[in-house]
Amino acid sequence: MLETFNFRVILEYMPLFLRCFWATLWLSGAGLLGALVVGTLACGMRIGRFTLLSWAAGAYIESIRSTPLLVQLFFFYFGLPSLGIRMSEAATGILALTLNSGAYMAEIIRAGIQSIPHGQVEAAVSSGLNYLQRMRHIILPQAIGVTLPPLLGQAIVLVKDSALLSLISLPELTRAGQIMTSERFMPAEGFLTSALFYLLIYYSLKALTHWSQKRLIYMQT
Amino acid sequence: MWLFYIEQLLGSLPFFLKGLWMTIAVSGLSLLAGTLVGFLWGILRASRSRLLKPLIGAWVDLVRGTPFLVQVFIIFFILPEFGIHLEAFAAAVIALTNLAACFICEIVAAGIESVPPGQREAAASTGLSGLQQLRYVILPQALRVSLPPLVGQYVLLIKDSSVVSAIGVVDVTRVGWLTVQRVPQGLLVFGLVALLYFIICYPLIRLSNRLENRMSAGYTRSRD
Repeated sequence: MLETFNFRVILEYMPLFLRCFWATLWLSGAGLLGALVVGTLACGMRIGRFTLLSWAAGAYIESIRSTPLLVQLFFFYFGLPSLGIRMSEAATGILALTLNSGAYMAEIIRAGIQSIPHGQVEAAVSSGLNYLQRMRHIILPQAIGVTLPPLLGQAIVLVKDSALLSLISLPELTRAGQIMTSERFMPAEGFLTSALFYLLIYYSLKALTHWSQKRLIYMQT
Repeated sequence: MWLFYIEQLLGSLPFFLKGLWMTIAVSGLSLLAGTLVGFLWGILRASRSRLLKPLIGAWVDLVRGTPFLVQVFIIFFILPEFGIHLEAFAAAVIALTNLAACFICEIVAAGIESVPPGQREAAASTGLSGLQQLRYVILPQALRVSLPPLVGQYVLLIKDSSVVSAIGVVDVTRVGWLTVQRVPQGLLVFGLVALLYFIICYPLIRLSNRLENRMSAGYTRSRD
């Protein structure tokens, strides 16, 4: 099979792959942004003082973490129309990615905030810093150091998860491989090219994680 | 109207349970095999082997860097071109086993590396062989660190098993997809599917959390 590996066809399909690569990037970028917002909100509700909100956020986080993303995706894809809500595939995909990753983000942010010893806050209060100053100078610099590596890890997971959007026929990287398989019956060329593009994203994000880890530990000491 | 659909859904409940059984079979087999392979790779990865260590590391990176769906497609569509014909079930188990092994390998290697080197030196100086050191000194201590993330990883893998429905394995996700063509109530159908996953995964997540609390009991770090 390797002697028939057809690079010419890959070149022919390259514009499709580049377009789909871009689609994967913006779909997961949008999902990541949404997940940060949802995650921060859910985390705030979870550790807040209102029992009802805390319980609701807990139920959201646990139910997302206990069910597969694919089932959540189908739930929205097939479920929203039966409620009379019509959304494009892209919007449905981003919604599923956002809600799914948001639950994990909430846990990551919570771990980051709770990793700051309470004595730090007390010390800041007693040296007369107000809430914003405490956040700006004491809590956030330390919390970001703890949070950023797992956050980037979640970004990697998100990019890989976006492959499932191909199953609701969104044109992204995995879909490009499927298209090449169905049009030319060249699954090896198609899916290995998709994999290569995913690896490109993976290694960049991994390098960024290493860099941030080194940099932030340096800042802490 | 809703009642009618619920009744229809309850009628196809045996179908769902069959799918659930398939999900349990695929993930059970893969987790078992993946744990064995993962432990082996993890031990080799934490060893001083100059050849195996980077080799396993590179393979783990490749598997962790690509979506599971793409891996499933590669195994299902490309292995036949090498003359290996696989049914969807076998391809699914192979793909999930490999994924499990790669993640478990990392967890085990991290656990072994968390054991202070003095322990191995002490074990060696009391005359234990390499295998005995591993069996009686290193692994019991490594397991304490590895067990909570291992159970957490199992949950992720059971959820990942839903992806194999894309190559036609009739697991519970696939049953949902087939049912929704007949009963056009996506919320109900996939709500039921989600519930079935929840019943399996939620207790495991709780177990992982409890293990984490129990296992770290000896290592309490003061909060401030």
